[in-house]
Amino acid sequence: MSEKLLEIQDERLSFFTQAGEVKALNNVSFSMEQGDVLGIVGESGSGKSVTAYSIMGLTAYPGKLIGGTIHFNGHEIEKMTEKEFRKMRGNEVSIIFQDPMTSLNPVYTIGNQIVEVIRLHTNKTKKEAYARAKELLELVGMNEPEKRLKQYPHELSGGMRQRVMIAIALACEPKLLIADEPTTALDVTIQAQILELMQELRAKLGMSIIMITHDLGVVASMCEKIAVMYAGHIVEYGTTDEIFYQPGHEYTKGLINSIPKLNAQGKERLIPIEGTPVDLLNPPAGCPFAPRCTNCMKVCLREMPPRTDLSDTHYSLCWLHQKQQAEQGGKAE
Amino acid sequence: MAEKKIQKNPLSLQLNADDFNLASGEEKQSLVVMRESVSFWKDGFRRLGKNKIAMVSLFFIVLIMIFAYIVPVFYPYTYAQQIRGSENLAPFTYSEKEQARIDAGESVFPHVCGTDKSGRDYAVRLMLGARISLTVGLLCSVLVLLIGATFGAISGFLGGWADMIMMRITDILYTIPDILLIILLAVAFKEPLEVLASKPGFGWLQTLGPNLVSIFIVFALLYWVGMARIVRSQVLTLKEAEYVTAARALGASGGRIIKKHLLTNCIGTLIVTTTLQIPSAIFTESYLSFLGLGVASPMPSLGSLATDAVKGMNTYPHLLLLPALLISVIILVFNLFGDGLRDAFDPKLKN
Amino acid sequence: MVKYTVKRIGMGLFSIFIVATLTFFLMNMVPGGPFVAEKSMSKAAQQALAEKYGLDKPILERYGTYLTDLLHGDMGPSLKQRGREVSDIIFSKFPVSAKLAGIAVLVALCVGIPLGCLAAYNRGKWADNLIIVFATCGIAVPSFISSVLLLYTFGMNLKLLPVVGLNEAAAYVMPVTALALYPAAYITRLMRSSLLDVMGQDYMRTARAKGVSNFKILFKHALRNAVLPVVTYVGPMLAGLMTGSFVVEKIFTVPGLGREFVSAITNRDYTMIMGTTIILATLVIAANVIVDVLYKIIDPRIKLK
Repeated sequence: MSEKLLEIQDERLSFFTQAGEVKALNNVSFSMEQGDVLGIVGESGSGKSVTAYSIMGLTAYPGKLIGGTIHFNGHEIEKMTEKEFRKMRGNEVSIIFQDPMTSLNPVYTIGNQIVEVIRLHTNKTKKEAYARAKELLELVGMNEPEKRLKQYPHELSGGMRQRVMIAIALACEPKLLIADEPTTALDVTIQAQILELMQELRAKLGMSIIMITHDLGVVASMCEKIAVMYAGHIVEYGTTDEIFYQPGHEYTKGLINSIPKLNAQGKERLIPIEGTPVDLLNPPAGCPFAPRCTNCMKVCLREMPPRTDLSDTHYSLCWLHQKQQAEQGGKAE
Repeated sequence: MAEKKIQKNPLSLQLNADDFNLASGEEKQSLVVMRESVSFWKDGFRRLGKNKIAMVSLFFIVLIMIFAYIVPVFYPYTYAQQIRGSENLAPFTYSEKEQARIDAGESVFPHVCGTDKSGRDYAVRLMLGARISLTVGLLCSVLVLLIGATFGAISGFLGGWADMIMMRITDILYTIPDILLIILLAVAFKEPLEVLASKPGFGWLQTLGPNLVSIFIVFALLYWVGMARIVRSQVLTLKEAEYVTAARALGASGGRIIKKHLLTNCIGTLIVTTTLQIPSAIFTESYLSFLGLGVASPMPSLGSLATDAVKGMNTYPHLLLLPALLISVIILVFNLFGDGLRDAFDPKLKN
Repeated sequence: MVKYTVKRIGMGLFSIFIVATLTFFLMNMVPGGPFVAEKSMSKAAQQALAEKYGLDKPILERYGTYLTDLLHGDMGPSLKQRGREVSDIIFSKFPVSAKLAGIAVLVALCVGIPLGCLAAYNRGKWADNLIIVFATCGIAVPSFISSVLLLYTFGMNLKLLPVVGLNEAAAYVMPVTALALYPAAYITRLMRSSLLDVMGQDYMRTARAKGVSNFKILFKHALRNAVLPVVTYVGPMLAGLMTGSFVVEKIFTVPGLGREFVSAITNRDYTMIMGTTIILATLVIAANVIVDVLYKIIDPRIKLK
């Protein structure tokens, strides 16, 4: 366990709102080793961001961790105090948010905001910190770093700002970088640039990355492992190849079918996933995906499917596997 | 219980084969909790109804309205009626004369709030004062709404240089401290209106008091600036809004766009702004009354009642405290109700 | 920046000109001059006075003369306080009012901003509720009522504080409280909602993710953004203080400009009304211009047109 960078076991987290308990995460488990790139895929509200935030102790009130353990880089996250979190955030683990337009403080210069994080976690003087900030801006591929340091966020474009966010995140060379939909708010061409930059930086600095996205294209190009989340459950987990070529869960299949294919012949139609995500305030008793599933069975409506290991690295939570096993078992008998 | 345990063990051989049959559409649907979709108004009223503070405020507004407009009609005393020998009575006390009448078996309606120095029943004067204050507040807000909304809407719709000139006018009006002009206008209108009131056919001006009329004019002239700006910016946003473009692209007529989109989107803002205008008008009226520029005697307003009581506040504190409290409560409940309306119908305005 | 400032000042000057013009014609619209009310005076004496002050000339000519004089800083003689220049009266009364208003502004800011922050930080808890109650009640009580009630309770009943004039430090307590109550309550509300808004912004999450301490998050990242609406309120606040000062100075018999304005109006002292109106309007307009320019300095996003 100790060689693992991150190990999450049976994490349960709820938001206690006025309307009732919203079960945002249900028994989420996965682990990462140093240098891994993990993609977490799912719709909005499926719990992918909450999972990542909980590693940093950033789940805002009224969110509360109610069970499970999280080990990160030797820390026991579930037992940590705010003060210990503070030392860790921005230093050992850092994050890039979705919307670079609103994630930078509008009243401070870029330089000020990069230097802030450097000085929080190192003993560098102001001058050294500025020199480091300049280096970082060069690292993330910004021209005229001297000038940029003195500019305000509103003077930069979205792509530029996301580069600044990455510079801030990498300032203290973190072990783990969480990228929460880093390209969703950007133009397609800029998206490609940012992804390329992240890959480059990973090769150079060797940090682990958790890539949160709803875009399967992004994970396919960047990640080695993928966790598919639905309604607070990891419904399928596996290597990128396994997920794309042998998807186990009906939801994953649905996601893959809804991607346009370049080599599609003629008038092939995209297959959307019908219906809307579940209401987490009143989650159904069975599989949360059941109401939208084309192969939904009676048992699916009643009970949560158990985990079925499809290979050493691949598992999925679906009753169909049980059915298959039962049928095979029946034949064997 | 036993059965459940079996099902919890999915690899058990006692699996029910039926479980692996496809579920029917209805079975699936039963799990989907659909939130009922509600209209803008229904949703707003539901939210308003849930807001306890707003509902309590509304209750007080209705209560004060009943006391201001209905109760005085049935009340045994009138606001100008001077009862001789009953000057400066404390609440619930009777003068010697009245005591004699009570002893003689007559029933005398108690002076719930006492009487003032001219022997006028204070309770009915308070009610009338509240009536004047409320009337000023309501009428002024309506005036502000009409003028402001028209000005703002025209400015927003025309756009271009007409809009620019109209907005420069509001800019200038906005920077001028309004209370100075209100006082000046109140003074300036006072005498011409008094002259007008003495002419035949304008007797109503006299009863209303020229000052009251000048307050209306002042409000109509000055206070619409904020409203005009709000309406203009609403019109401008809506003009650019994508759903309006979409409606136009779908071939909706201009009238339909105005009715369906612009009006329904503006109306929440309009109601909220108007409601919040009421306390500010009441505020200003009581203030002007305090400076001696309010309603004409013997007509009372809450401001003038408080002013009259200042001189004798050491001996008769209740004469001061009651109108002061009433003004504050009226302003408070209108503010709170306006806030509630805003939260219910116009969450965008919240900050 | 310079261009913007010049433009704003130009617009401000134009506003002052409008105020001067409006006031001048409004005053002269009123039938009956400043001397009519003085019954003891004979017709001939009134005539003589009117001639002396140039009131017999056509209105446009008087308007022209007044504006020319005003440009030279001459506001003419007071019509009622004979033998005194309007500018002299204003300059002798102004410091009194300015001191009172200045203290009230400080009190309002020093009370409103911390209370607003406290409420926002304890959102939904009893401290928040208590502060909201204070703020809501504070904006519902007109200044004349709070002044009178203060006077009644602390001055007359408890006899704790002096009721007249501003001769000692304790005498400032009541007028300042009465003046500062409304703006303090308003700033509290403004600060609370603006801080709540800022606290929900993405860049606050960024700051937390960087490992910034709560103290620094509040003072470096939140306050500077949250205080912006309060800055814009300074202009209206000054106008409001002026309004309050008319009443407060009257009730606490403070020899200030507000009282002078009110008595000038009741006395029809044309030149005094003109003078005080222009000075007060200039102050408020100037405050608005300064705030606009200041806003640009604090918030780099505001683009100059």
